[in-house]
Amino acid sequence: MRRTSPIRALTAAVLALPILVTWPTPPPSAQAPEVVVYSARHYGQEAAFDAFTRKTGVNVKVFSGQTGELFERLKAEAERTPADVLVTVDAGNLWNAARAGLLARIDSPELLANVPAHLRDPEQRWFGLTVRARTIVYNSTTVTPAALSTYEALGDARWKGRLCLRTSSYIYNQSMLATLIKRHGEPRAEEIVRGWVANRPILINGDAKLLESIAAGQCDVGVANHYYLARILAKNPAFPVAPFWANQATTGTHVNISGAGVTAHGKNRANAIRLVEFLSSPEAQQMFADLSFEYPANPQAAVNPLVARWGTFKQDDINVAAAGELQAAAVRLADRAGYK
Amino acid sequence: MAAVAIAAALAVPVMAVVSSFAHPAVEVWAHLWRTQLAELTLNTLALLAGVGLGTLVIGTALGWLVTGYEFPGRGVFEWALILPLAVPAYVIGFALLGLLDYAGPLQTALRRHLGPAAGLPDPRAYWGVVLVMTLVFYPYVYLLARTAFREQGAATLETARALGRSRWAAFREVSLPMARPSLVAGTSLAMMEALADFGTVATFGYRTLTEAIYRVWYGMFDRVAAAQLASLLLLFALGLLLLERALRGHARFVQSQRRGPGVQRVPLSGWRAGAAAAGCALVLSAAFIVPVGQLLLWARDAAAGWRTVVPAFGTVLGNTVLLAGATAVVACVLALTLVYASRLHPSMAVRAATRLAGMGYALPGSVIAVGVLIPVARLDHGLAAATEWLLGRPAGLILTGSAAVLVFAYTVRFLAVSLHTLEASLLKIPPSFDDAARSLGAGAGRTLARIHLPLLRGGLLTALVLVFVETVKEMPATLLLRPFGLDTLAVAVWERTAESQWLEASVPALAIVAAGLLPVFLAIRLSSRGR
Repeated sequence: MRRTSPIRALTAAVLALPILVTWPTPPPSAQAPEVVVYSARHYGQEAAFDAFTRKTGVNVKVFSGQTGELFERLKAEAERTPADVLVTVDAGNLWNAARAGLLARIDSPELLANVPAHLRDPEQRWFGLTVRARTIVYNSTTVTPAALSTYEALGDARWKGRLCLRTSSYIYNQSMLATLIKRHGEPRAEEIVRGWVANRPILINGDAKLLESIAAGQCDVGVANHYYLARILAKNPAFPVAPFWANQATTGTHVNISGAGVTAHGKNRANAIRLVEFLSSPEAQQMFADLSFEYPANPQAAVNPLVARWGTFKQDDINVAAAGELQAAAVRLADRAGYK
Repeated sequence: MAAVAIAAALAVPVMAVVSSFAHPAVEVWAHLWRTQLAELTLNTLALLAGVGLGTLVIGTALGWLVTGYEFPGRGVFEWALILPLAVPAYVIGFALLGLLDYAGPLQTALRRHLGPAAGLPDPRAYWGVVLVMTLVFYPYVYLLARTAFREQGAATLETARALGRSRWAAFREVSLPMARPSLVAGTSLAMMEALADFGTVATFGYRTLTEAIYRVWYGMFDRVAAAQLASLLLLFALGLLLLERALRGHARFVQSQRRGPGVQRVPLSGWRAGAAAAGCALVLSAAFIVPVGQLLLWARDAAAGWRTVVPAFGTVLGNTVLLAGATAVVACVLALTLVYASRLHPSMAVRAATRLAGMGYALPGSVIAVGVLIPVARLDHGLAAATEWLLGRPAGLILTGSAAVLVFAYTVRFLAVSLHTLEASLLKIPPSFDDAARSLGAGAGRTLARIHLPLLRGGLLTALVLVFVETVKEMPATLLLRPFGLDTLAVAVWERTAESQWLEASVPALAIVAAGLLPVFLAIRLSSRGR
C-alpha cells in the first residue's frame, strides 16, 4: 500500500520538530552549580529557593509533578536521573520513595537538630519540613468544644448524620488510619472506623468543600487539615468553623508532613544536602510554612500569627513513617469497614 | 504492512499495561473481590450506560434541532454548542458541583426562601456524575451528528416526505439511520472518555474501576495491581467496541452524492421556537457559561495580575500550542493511514490492528503515561549504556522526558478520536468512487489526494480540532512525561489546584479554554464555507 510521500515527509517533519526544539541540554558542568529538585508541592517554595540561591550562589531548578508520577519517573530514570532532591507531601510517599531505594541517607547534625525525631526517617533518608495537623473541625455556632474529645469519639451515636469526612481515597486520611492502626492495632482500628461509618458520614472530596459544608450546616463536625481552615479564615474571619485539637488527653493530634530527601543517584549530592539543610533552618522554615499556613517542622521557627492564635497542641509523636508502613493495610481496612 | 507496524508501535503502552498480568496480584484481587469489585463494576457499567444514553439523546437532538429547524438564536447556537469541548472536564465538574451542592448558591437560595428542609438531592451521587459527564461529553455526539445531518442531501429527505411520511417519521426512518455511523462514533467516544475519567468521579466521590486504579496505585503502593485493574478497563473498552460494531450494523451508509442543497430548515414559531431556544440555552449555560463564568469570577479575585500569576506565560502558551498542534497532525495522519488501510485491504489483521491502536482512549492518562514511560526508559538506558561503551563517558537519558515521547503518549491516548471521526467520514464515500478512480488509472495515492481528501475535509478538520483540544486539556501524562523545563498550561493549572489554589488556577485554566476555542472557531468557519 502506497501513501503519498508528502504525508510521510510531513509526519517525519512533525515528529522531528519537537525533538529538535527541545533537544536536552548537556548535563551541567561544575562551573554552573545547580540543584535539580523534583517537587510535588508547588506552593510557597519559590521564596525559599530564591533565598538559597542568594545565599549560596547555587541555582535551583524545579520540576513539578504529582507524587505518584514523580515516583514513577524517578524510578524509571534510575541511576541516570537528573534529580538531586525530592520534595513531596505526605509521609507515606516519602517512606515509599525511601523503600524503593530512591533516597540516600544523609548524615547531617544540622538536620538532626532541626527536625524532631518523629518527623523524620529513622534511617535519615527523608526529613519533614512542614507539619500538617489533621484535626477535628466543628461549626462554632452549633457545637460546643466540650462535646468533642477524640477521633474515636466521632463514632458516638450523637454524631449520627452530623459528621462530614473525606473519602478513604484521600492520602491524608489513609495516613491517619495508618497511625490509628499503629497505635491501637488493626482490630481496634477497624472498630473505630466502623463506628464512623455507622454515623453515616457525608463523604466530601475536598477539605475546603468540607469546611464549607460545615459552615452551611450540612454537617456539624468533620476532620480536615488545619491549613485549609486557616486559609479560609484569613480571607473571611467570620467563617463559623473552628478547629479542635483532637486527642489532647490521649495520644495527641495526628500530624503529617511535607518533606524532602536527597536522591540516591543525583549528581550534586553536596549541594543537595545544603539545600535540604537550608530548608530546615528557621529562616527558610518561616518562608516555607508562612505562606501556606502550615506549621514549621523546626520548633525554633516562628509560626504564622493566625495559626498561632489556635495555641499549641500535643502532636501524636509516633514516627510518621508509620503512615507509609501501614498505608496499604489502612486502605484494606477502610475497604473492609465499608469506609468509602 | 505500514498500518500494522504503526498500530503495533501505538499498542506498546497498552501491551505494557496488560503485561502486568505476568505477576498476578492475587492477594489484591482477592481483597477487591471480597470488598468492592462487584460494586465498582456495576457502578462503571451504570455510568457508561447513563453517559451513553445522555450524550446520544442530547447530542442527536441538538444536532437535528440546529440543522433542521429555524428558531431565534439558531445561528449562534449552532457553533456555540461545541464550546464546552474547550473546557477541561474537571473544571466543568467542579463548577457544577459548587453550584448544586448543599453549600452552593442554588440550595442556599432554596433554603432561604422555602425553609431549612428545602433543597436538592445530594449531587455527589449517580445522577450528579451522569449529568456532569453528559454535559461535558455531548459535544462529541453533537459535532458528528451535526456534520452527518448537514451532509445529508435534501433529496433523500424530500423523497421520504413525498412518499407520505411526516417530518418526524422521515427523521426517524431516514435521517437518523443514515447518520448512525456518526452517532455511534460520537457516543462511543463519549463513553470511552467516561471510562477513562478520573477527575470527575473523584470529585463526586463516585466509585468506579478507574477510581480503584488510583486507590490501589497510590494507596496500596502497588503499581502492578493497578495496571491489572487498568487492563480490566480495556475489557470494557473491548465491550464498547463490540457494541459499536453491532449498533452500526451492516447496512450501507453511503449516499449517492448529495445533489442540490442541504436539508431545508423549517421555521419554528410560537412556543416551539421558544422551547428550542431555551433548550439550547440551558445546555449551553450549564456546560459552558456557568463553568467559564466561575473561572472568570475567580480570575477577577486572583491575587496578582495575569502576567505574574503564571511566569513566562507566553512560553507556556507557546509550548501548549506546539505540542497540541504536533499531536493533532500526527494523530490524524496515523489515523488516516490506518483507516485507509482498512478500506484498501480489509483483512482481519488490519482491522484488529486499527482497533487495538485506538484502545488507549479508554485508559486514564496516567496509566498510558506509565505504560509509555517504562518501555521507553528501558530503551533509553540501553541506548545510554551503548553510548557510554562507545564513547567512554557518562551519557544521560534522551528519550525519557523528551517532547517526542510526550507526543507519542498523546497520540496513543487520543488516536481513537481521529480514528472514529475519520472512519465515520470515510464510510460515507461510496466504494464506487474508488473503483471509478482506479478504472481511470489513478493509484491509491492519487485517489486519496484528489478524490478522498476533499470529501473528507469536514471530518479531517473535526478530527484535527478534537485532538488539538484534547491535548491542550490533557494533564496527567503531561505531568509525568514532559521534558524538564517544558511546561504547559495544564501543568500551570495543576500546580495551583494541587493545593486548592483555585483562584490562581483560573488564569491558566481560562487560557486553556481560549486555546481550545480558537481552533474550534476556525474549524466551524472553514467547514461552513466549504459546502
